Amino acid sequence: MMRRPTRSRLLVVHLLVAALFLVLLGRLWQVQILDGDRYARMAADNHTRRTVIPAVRGEIVDARGRPLARNRAAVRVTVDRAALDRLPDRGRAVLGRLADLLGRPREEIAGRLRVCGPGVDEPCRDGVPYEPVPVADGVSERVALRLMERRHELPGVRVEPRPVREYPRGTLAAHLLGYLAPGSSGAGRGGAEATGRDGLEAHYEADLSGRAGSREIVVDSGGRAVRTVREQAPVPGATLVTSIDARVQAVVEKALKKAAGRAAGRGGAAGTGAAVVMDARTGRVVALAGYPAYDPSVWTGGIREADYKRLTSPAHGLPLISRAVQGQWPPASTWKIVSTAAAARAGYPLDGRYDCSGSYRIGDRSFRNFGGRNLGGMDLHRALVVSCDTIFYRFAYRMWLKDEDARRPADPMQRMARAFGFGVRTGVDLPGEAAGRVPDRTWKRTTWEDTRKRMCADARTGYPSVARTDPRRAAYLKAIAKENCRHGYLWTAGDAANFSIGQGDVLVTPLQLARAYAALANGGTLFSPRVGRAVVGRDGRVLREITPPVTGRLPVPGKTLAYIRRALADVPRSGTAAPAFAGFPLDKVPVAGKTGTAEAYGAADTSWFASFAPADDPRLVVVVVVSEGGAGAEAAAPAAREIWSGIYGLEGKRAALPGGKPPAGLPKTAGYQVSRDQEGFPRPRTTGRLRS
Amino acid sequence: MTTPARPLPRAPYRWRGRPASSAVRLAIRAAARSVARVARRAGGTARKAVPDWGLAGAAGALCLAGAVLVWAATAPRLAAEGEDPHTYLRRQLLNAAAGAVVMVAFALADHGTVRSWTPRLYALGCLGLLAVLTPLGRTVNGAQSWLGVGDFQVQPSELVKPALVLTLAMLLGEQPDGERRPGAAQVLLALAVAAVPLGLVMLQPDLGTFTIIAAITLGMLVAAGVRWRWIAALGSAGVAAAALAWLLGLLRPHQVQRLLTFADPLADPRGAGYNAAQALITVGSGGPYGRGLLRGDQTGGGFVPEQHTDFVFTVAGEELGFAGSALVLLLLWAVLARGLRVAARAASPYGTLAAAGIVCWLAVQTFVNVGMVVGLLPIVGVPLPFVSYGGSSVVACLAAVGVLMSIRRQDVRRL
Repeated sequence: MMRRPTRSRLLVVHLLVAALFLVLLGRLWQVQILDGDRYARMAADNHTRRTVIPAVRGEIVDARGRPLARNRAAVRVTVDRAALDRLPDRGRAVLGRLADLLGRPREEIAGRLRVCGPGVDEPCRDGVPYEPVPVADGVSERVALRLMERRHELPGVRVEPRPVREYPRGTLAAHLLGYLAPGSSGAGRGGAEATGRDGLEAHYEADLSGRAGSREIVVDSGGRAVRTVREQAPVPGATLVTSIDARVQAVVEKALKKAAGRAAGRGGAAGTGAAVVMDARTGRVVALAGYPAYDPSVWTGGIREADYKRLTSPAHGLPLISRAVQGQWPPASTWKIVSTAAAARAGYPLDGRYDCSGSYRIGDRSFRNFGGRNLGGMDLHRALVVSCDTIFYRFAYRMWLKDEDARRPADPMQRMARAFGFGVRTGVDLPGEAAGRVPDRTWKRTTWEDTRKRMCADARTGYPSVARTDPRRAAYLKAIAKENCRHGYLWTAGDAANFSIGQGDVLVTPLQLARAYAALANGGTLFSPRVGRAVVGRDGRVLREITPPVTGRLPVPGKTLAYIRRALADVPRSGTAAPAFAGFPLDKVPVAGKTGTAEAYGAADTSWFASFAPADDPRLVVVVVVSEGGAGAEAAAPAAREIWSGIYGLEGKRAALPGGKPPAGLPKTAGYQVSRDQEGFPRPRTTGRLRS
Repeated sequence: MTTPARPLPRAPYRWRGRPASSAVRLAIRAAARSVARVARRAGGTARKAVPDWGLAGAAGALCLAGAVLVWAATAPRLAAEGEDPHTYLRRQLLNAAAGAVVMVAFALADHGTVRSWTPRLYALGCLGLLAVLTPLGRTVNGAQSWLGVGDFQVQPSELVKPALVLTLAMLLGEQPDGERRPGAAQVLLALAVAAVPLGLVMLQPDLGTFTIIAAITLGMLVAAGVRWRWIAALGSAGVAAAALAWLLGLLRPHQVQRLLTFADPLADPRGAGYNAAQALITVGSGGPYGRGLLRGDQTGGGFVPEQHTDFVFTVAGEELGFAGSALVLLLLWAVLARGLRVAARAASPYGTLAAAGIVCWLAVQTFVNVGMVVGLLPIVGVPLPFVSYGGSSVVACLAAVGVLMSIRRQDVRRL
């Protein structure tokens, strides 16, 4: 055999085979030992998926633990594709039966199960196929029961309750509560589908949303879940206890609706208004309402376009705007508490005699008393009761003259206004708050600089588009533009006079006015109001108490405040609000208040009433504003009267807040309420009925 | 080592002119030899033929490992679908049992019998390859490679491999007197014999089997001592033919795609490169010791297509790690080393060539299979010898082991 080359050739074969195996072993070493970790990570990416387990959102309850926003169990029907795929007909029959029971076409349900991808026709759904696919939401209890009765015929079909935000009192406190909407950047903090976008839902989002849990699952190549690797349970959101009293809130909303409706009925474009009830001693908000309101549940599960149009349409009064904190109006005569305090501080004795003439002349312009009546001499008490304007014009003019001569203007009126908390945001725990406006020399100049160009152009052209339809209005506007173009930067005596009676460029929000009256009522403490009272964990433990911070003290002696309070106590008895309070048992609940009638060109007056009670020992403040409501006594004061009688249970009403005393402590039930609704979330049992 | 005497010198022209009659003569000679063997055995002169336990052990271990890996690859999915998870385990054990019977039959048969059957085996194999191209054939994964009756399926391309090895051994193993190497006529005849299955396999088309058969032919030509320049010429012709096939677009689109994605399997892991990428990830994720049997999430999740057949090595890679997959390779190496020893010690050039051919076959098939799994080679469908699921493959491999045993037995007897 040696004579043939076979042996050497065999060696060649041997070496080749050995080389092949060495190559394989070397490669195996490289892939498994050297790069093993990298491939293990790639494998993990391949077959593990993280899913977010959304946390149950916390409730919002009122001061007595009554739920304002909570979670309802909506029945969701899901289909497990993996289970269907195991059936001989790949689930066709099951889907057919399910479609019959749901009353929907089979194709639609099958379409929801298809995962979009290349070669897949519409309809299909985005997402990964490892989770049961929801095919129907908000299924009625009757259908859910039938589905469960026939569950043996429906393998892979599950009926499960799912938390859905619910506002059990409908439109009640809609502006306060806000709403949830799908987040722009995907899921929210709690992994929920929606996040708080307005009101308390937005401000306390971090507390309410809780912390999302997560689940890491292993999936197979078809994306079906094989097993769970890790699971972290979600932490449910905490309960927000508010200082709102749902009953008072209901009373307020009813009164406001009535007043605004009357205003609209009288020819106002759309009745709008706002009302605030505040605890004068603590700065807590007891009720806060804007009109028109809306039902926050229209946002649940995505808002329909028609609903959204209505919410943002001026013809419907822009219901989305929370007017109590976002609406701004000239405060009119309610402002006179500021002017009175400023005058007293400037040295005008409260008990001095001042002439309430029919008009007051400043330069070439005559400023008329309200209604042009000449009421003769009086002290400031009576000036407030009858709401005399000319006395305050005089104060303003004299102060203005003094400032014109002074090197550094003292601006006592503006300073007092700011001390009462106007011109800055109150810092309430609600989003989108307006700051109001306290106009002064600086403001005048900057505004003029900003708008001069356009005003001067308007002064030349004279509003041709307006002139076509309303020549008189165009002429008026042109005159104003002309004057503004020339002297708009000047803080004139007229500006000062208007300021003193809360007209002109002064703007306040109802909440600002309420806290100013609260400061007047409580002896001078200015609060940053709060709606939230405490954040309570699901176990009932108080995680955080919320106390309205004190932002300042009025630079007004207690005596002056008491004097003003006494004066306001006479307003409903014998003053401007007397017609509105005729027959009201003031001996039982002495209400003190001040009317306001803000003039607006081309529209009906804005009606204000700012009040507190009991007058001798104030506890609550009620402020009502009705746009185009007419005089203060015509719309706002009657509404306030209704609110007061609703709170105290007068005039045949049931007391919403007996004695007008907000509860001192936190509601006892808050903790239980939360745990019952979150832990004992009803799950369908195999034998039991579906509870919801 | 002594050179055995050649009992019957033959005239060259006879060999060349009438191969059939030489086959008859070979049969007669084999019969005479078996008579002589019986006589020797009676006389007690020969050493007792000890079976090659190493070879048998390695082959058996591979078959068992294969059954376990096939089981691990299929059990999770079968269980998830509510079927008996042991279905494939049982079937593969049955395949191995059938293979063992064939192996023993070949091992006990002596050269003469095997030789006399070789042309028939070859013809049968080629007929089978022809039959799969008719409507009798079944198409799986783009290749019409299976013949089937009901649940029973045969893959003739697997069975033609041992038949071709034996035929080529017969043709190249016997040289005319005075010739050290096979002559041109022998080589051409061998090429013609190899060309028939090559062509038929190409028609399926089955690039993997084509590669293996070509490798067997080339390897046996090398082992037979054919001049290197011939082999070089053949190799160049093969490369030229491959280039031509590429340029003329004779390859099927899926084959082209596979070859292209081989360049970078992870570039398009969701598309064409899916198989390659998933196989590589699955093997790599096993690390040194693997995730444990039935604990592999890639395997359990069914991320590797054809995992119990051509990609069975990925199961070893993921669940048994480097230790387990290297062990599988070492067992295969043990079989091949035994085969090479049998080739070296074979009493006849026929035995040497047959053993060498079997070694070439199994070695190249192992390299192509594992190479494609670990991303060294493009994806072509060939099973891992002994391990991959499939009756035809397991039976063919065990038949090859039987042939090796038979060769060894006779060489031992002659010592």
